[in-house]
Amino acid sequence: MYQTTYHRASSVDEAVSLFGKSSEAKFLAGGQTLLPVMKQRLASPSDVIDLGKIKELQGVELAGDTLTIKAGTIYYDIMTNADVKKAIPAIAHLTSVLGDPAVRYRGTIGGSIANNDPAADFPAALLALGATVKTNKRSIVADDFFKGLFTTALEDGEIITAVSFPVPAKAGYEKMRHPASRFALTGVFVAQAKSGEVRVAATGASQSGVMRVPAIEAALKANWSPSAIDGVTISANGLLADIHGSAEYRANLVKVMAQRAVKAAG
Amino acid sequence: MSTVKLTVNGKAVAVEVEDRTLLVQLLREHLNLTGTHVGCDTSQCGACVVHMDGRAVKSCTMLAGQADGASITTIEGIAKGDELHPMQAAFRDNHGLQCGYCTPGMIMSAIDIVHRHGGQLDETTVRAELEGNICRCTGYHNIVKAVLDAAGRMKVSQAAE
Repeated sequence: MYQTTYHRASSVDEAVSLFGKSSEAKFLAGGQTLLPVMKQRLASPSDVIDLGKIKELQGVELAGDTLTIKAGTIYYDIMTNADVKKAIPAIAHLTSVLGDPAVRYRGTIGGSIANNDPAADFPAALLALGATVKTNKRSIVADDFFKGLFTTALEDGEIITAVSFPVPAKAGYEKMRHPASRFALTGVFVAQAKSGEVRVAATGASQSGVMRVPAIEAALKANWSPSAIDGVTISANGLLADIHGSAEYRANLVKVMAQRAVKAAG
Repeated sequence: MSTVKLTVNGKAVAVEVEDRTLLVQLLREHLNLTGTHVGCDTSQCGACVVHMDGRAVKSCTMLAGQADGASITTIEGIAKGDELHPMQAAFRDNHGLQCGYCTPGMIMSAIDIVHRHGGQLDETTVRAELEGNICRCTGYHNIVKAVLDAAGRMKVSQAAE
């Protein structure tokens, strides 16, 4: 790791102020992605600003039909939270198959979506559930937040404070896990909103990061069942192809994972 | 440079380190606690697992500064004098180690697994929960046996206390 200067912020305002005083700072949440990347010398921030001890970024709230998870909440606290399990069990499940137990004690929802890895799990949940990302400056709907590989709508020095999820009528998430990295080779989140709207998002599949899957949304809107997806064809155009799987393989996984997710959602 | 103050195996320490120092480097290179190992540089292998405030974390994927104020327990801190921790004893009795390189991380993760699941452990759960710890001797079978054995012993020793 290259030299860097470590700061621990005790409030969001202090973190923003520290960021402004640094030349090339990075915010550090759980560090389960940023630190490995720094160890590989693929990132060399002049300063790291630790958000891990900021109290206002911790916690889960269920108010009516909105589940709000503060950005600094670790995966373990999300997957074991009674409100999460009650309101959107698919999120508890997603969190339980993310990384490994030690990673789940450190990694945070805010860190995951700020990084927007094309194979990360949480971006699919936000997109399918129509979540809203709250920052220290504004609210951003999920459709506008994810901008492609490792890219988001966040501006320099902007900090995610929370994510608000509308509680759906039904939701499910299933993924084909890469056995070594535990990232999604492809994962699909399906959700039926209380309004009846159906949204489906796939991660690990597209070259442009997390994506909606309109063909599956239309099929499920007509008939919410795994068999409704039987006749859908997913194009391999624009899908990721690497040593782990071809674009055609991932196209098929989108379909299969969507079917399993619908089955899990009930 | 910063001074990091933390409790390691019950002892308060203050260590002057470069800001880029990882927790595992502080433990191994500054405190000479070399029981905690580094087996990879990708955060995947789990050889470096220690307990921070009672939870099993990868000490190679934390800056030392992030552990400021925390209580750390390493493999050196779990035995009571000459009496091995029940998890250590179970690893010995079940031949749960071959080369031994992954063992400290396995044991620290395994203790956390037993704490989280209590008496609810079965083989499938242990295998799934150990996914963050890699044994390159591939000695998983006896490791799983050891964890299940230790889960029983830990229940008994808790009941005795």
